[in-house]
Amino acid sequence: MALINVIIVILLLTIILILSVNTVSKGIITLSTTIIIGLSTSFIAFKALLTSSYEIVFSGTLLFGTVPVKIDALSAWFILTINFTIITGAVYGFNYMKKYRERKNDITLHCIAFILVHFALLGICSVQNGFIFLLLWEMMAISVFILVIFEHEKPDTIKAGVNYLVQSHISIVFLMLGFIYVAYKTQSYGFDAIADFSDHQSTLAGTALFLCFFAGFAIKAGFVPFHTWLPYAHPAAPTHVSGIMSGVVIKIGIYGILRMLILIKTDYTTIGYFILFVSIFTGIYGVMLATIQHDLKKLLAYHSIENIGIIGIGIGIGCIGLGATNKWMAILGFSGALLHTLNHSLFKSLLFYSTGNVLQAAHTVNMERLGGIIKKMPRTSILFLIAAIAICGLPPLNGFISEFLILGGLYNWLYSANLISLVTIVFSIGGLVLIGGLAILCFSKAFSIVFLGNARCIPPDEIHETGFWQLFPMYMTVSVMIIIGLFPSLFLDALQRPVNLFTHHIVFNMNLIKVGAIDSLQTFNLLFMGLFMFVLGLLLLKKLISNKKIIKTGPTWGCGYNPAGSKLQYTAASFVRSYSKLAKPLLDIEKKEVEIDEVFPSGKHYETDPYDKIERLLIDKPLKLINKIADLFLFLQNGKLQMYILYGIIFITAVLCLPLIIDKIIAILHFLNNL
Amino acid sequence: MLSIILILFCSLFFTGIILRTKSITSGRKGPGIMQPLRDVIRLFKKGAVYSETTSIIFQIAPAIYFSTVIMACLVIPFGSYKGIVSFDGDFIFFAYILALGKFFSIISAMDTGSSFEGMGASREALYSMFAEPAFFILIGSFALFTGKTSFNEIFSTLHLGSSITYMLGGMASFVMIMIALIENSRMPVDDPKTHLELTMIHEVMVLDNSGFDLGLILSAGYLKFAMYGAIIADFFIGGLSLMYALPLFLLIQTLFAVTVGMIESFMARFRMNHNPQFILVLSSVSFLIFLGVLLVLEKFI
Repeated sequence: MALINVIIVILLLTIILILSVNTVSKGIITLSTTIIIGLSTSFIAFKALLTSSYEIVFSGTLLFGTVPVKIDALSAWFILTINFTIITGAVYGFNYMKKYRERKNDITLHCIAFILVHFALLGICSVQNGFIFLLLWEMMAISVFILVIFEHEKPDTIKAGVNYLVQSHISIVFLMLGFIYVAYKTQSYGFDAIADFSDHQSTLAGTALFLCFFAGFAIKAGFVPFHTWLPYAHPAAPTHVSGIMSGVVIKIGIYGILRMLILIKTDYTTIGYFILFVSIFTGIYGVMLATIQHDLKKLLAYHSIENIGIIGIGIGIGCIGLGATNKWMAILGFSGALLHTLNHSLFKSLLFYSTGNVLQAAHTVNMERLGGIIKKMPRTSILFLIAAIAICGLPPLNGFISEFLILGGLYNWLYSANLISLVTIVFSIGGLVLIGGLAILCFSKAFSIVFLGNARCIPPDEIHETGFWQLFPMYMTVSVMIIIGLFPSLFLDALQRPVNLFTHHIVFNMNLIKVGAIDSLQTFNLLFMGLFMFVLGLLLLKKLISNKKIIKTGPTWGCGYNPAGSKLQYTAASFVRSYSKLAKPLLDIEKKEVEIDEVFPSGKHYETDPYDKIERLLIDKPLKLINKIADLFLFLQNGKLQMYILYGIIFITAVLCLPLIIDKIIAILHFLNNL
Repeated sequence: MLSIILILFCSLFFTGIILRTKSITSGRKGPGIMQPLRDVIRLFKKGAVYSETTSIIFQIAPAIYFSTVIMACLVIPFGSYKGIVSFDGDFIFFAYILALGKFFSIISAMDTGSSFEGMGASREALYSMFAEPAFFILIGSFALFTGKTSFNEIFSTLHLGSSITYMLGGMASFVMIMIALIENSRMPVDDPKTHLELTMIHEVMVLDNSGFDLGLILSAGYLKFAMYGAIIADFFIGGLSLMYALPLFLLIQTLFAVTVGMIESFMARFRMNHNPQFILVLSSVSFLIFLGVLLVLEKFI
């Protein structure tokens, strides 16, 4: 109990302090508070993850009842993930924001919002009362909004921020609906009430309740078709905020879904199939759109959608495993999903931070204007490369481990499957592998266009490598990624208790074929070490051999024609041209092309603008319709003060008269009845 | 252990056999079987020219590419004899580690800043992406068929009993040969002997590599061929004793090489924009194999 009070006191003190000191100290205070809160809660979370959960109950008010705060293994896993990303984000952000120090008021607001986001995220993971949960959820939504609109002088940023704000409130509506419905039925906002309630209901009601919560959480997590806010909000935010949003804020949606799965007893098989299909669609759609993006931050945002899809596939497999009481499948699915949650928060924040470095050095993240950065910023480039390999799910990094577990779950499902599930499995495997293949296409494009080759434009300033302290959090992230890649069993052991929350009621059925996918992980560190040694050996051999040989440098082989140099290079659009031609029916790419018809053509422009088909269908069209209907009432807004006063008078009269009129109507009804 | 030695051994002659087949069918005298090997050895002895545009990626990529192929070979069994490592889901590792090598070869091609190499890189990335589902569905079908999830266990329990299973084995070999051709950028998808950079895929990606690096890339290509040959052979030698398995293995490898040579002699390369369709056909064939397995297991009601 004491610790939480201390944290709240620290929080308030920090906010007061931030308001009263100068800009540099604001950053230092924010950073240190984040680290203090992060470390202290991580301590509790570690204990909860490895031994027993931490639980206290606050006496609440009449309105929402007692407030139990409980950190069980699942909360602990998410709290640790959140703390790591937020702390690295804070260190990175502290250095990143140096460029903006003259904007004092914005910085104040930014710092306060940052701390509140951290607190709200931790709170959401541990509180067990629906009412407080919603309060914290709202607090998170608004603080993230403030973080996103830091550069509020740009109209695009405000637009993206408002888009985010609106959509996250739609999410809150769904959540409120769920919590209030349960509270109405059981007179309690506690999470236990949800569990009790679903125990006594038919599975159909449980499923409906779960779907209501799922819709709410899916908007936050970015499942297709609820993803449309994400590709706007991520690029608009300052880079460390994008990293945190993509790393942990959208993961809180995953946390919510998992929490509800534990609480609501329902038909797991149906839910599992539902989540699986939505997730495969999300994954493929996300990566398909990511591939055609030329704005690096937008590309990464679409990749977040893809990775949410992969996490969702894991959850879906886990649920189906629960429904079929296939313990191995459930374990593989849920551990894959949870590990991928951590993994994605690591490599995605790393990718965003490297992008931020590029943005500050080159003042743009439009790929078509970048190139050859690896020679100017070697450390940032290598960090981006490592993260890119990880996000493609390639060995020997962490992304491979979680994808391996999820695929292992799918292959394990084969043995206990009937016809329908077999077909599902084949399509899931195909989908997952296709996602991986497209991710490779996408990130080989992103890395090579931005970092390799020659510069496509002359940058406004000389490009320099970022300072050590801005790179430091990135080194931290990368080392955790490598540790997960090399010693996966360590993390699998840590995942035992969170996964057990889902699977504890399934008795091990000895007839089930044992999956060694988890045992296989132990061979990986040997294999990966072998790979490293082999590569190093070859490079050494090359060095030894080529010592005696003549090594020359020259221009790139241009097949006899070399004058245009950097302008002749492949661009991001041309790299994915054959892909976008193939996928054209599914995508929505607007092209502006000028025909060349004169004999001596002058300079010509060619523009492509990828758009989101689902957004056009689900957001733009209904909005247009609403606007059309609203336009019918445009005559009311005629700018005449007299008219507005008249409206006011009409309104007041109506409000006053309404009860009277209703009374009269009731009286007449009575009279009629008496007849 | 046995498998890696055999793969290394076969890789020495594989490309030679292809070249020899091609020269015999076209009525040329042609180079000897050992010529590709001599080429590699000559390259290892040579110096190198690096483009000014390239960075460290270009220097390390060939070594990584070669190492990934070796690592992939490690999990391949020889019939019922395990590979150097064998674990559940090792075929996932196999496909992903090869993808790592491919990733590096793509970015190393892009590192030169040449538009020709960019063209090859983009095609390679696209085609191998489409080939991947075929492989996973194929192995998935055999995993379902045998109830096992590692290369070694799948192949050692694989019995081709009834006529349907022979058909499955045939179709699986077809898919594997095609995957091998795509992964090695050989004929109907890519023509290694073409003289126009615009029509190349793999060859154009290594335009700027020379000396030791080019030697590594070429030998990785030879190894890859023998590796896929070993997988195809494994479909048939699963339960056999060493006395029969060994000659059969060598025979299948030779047949595979001759088949590749024949395909290259008598087929023209597809138009580039037809390639994706062709590769998607492979996924459909794998799906057919999957349905065949369902039929054998009587999963249809």
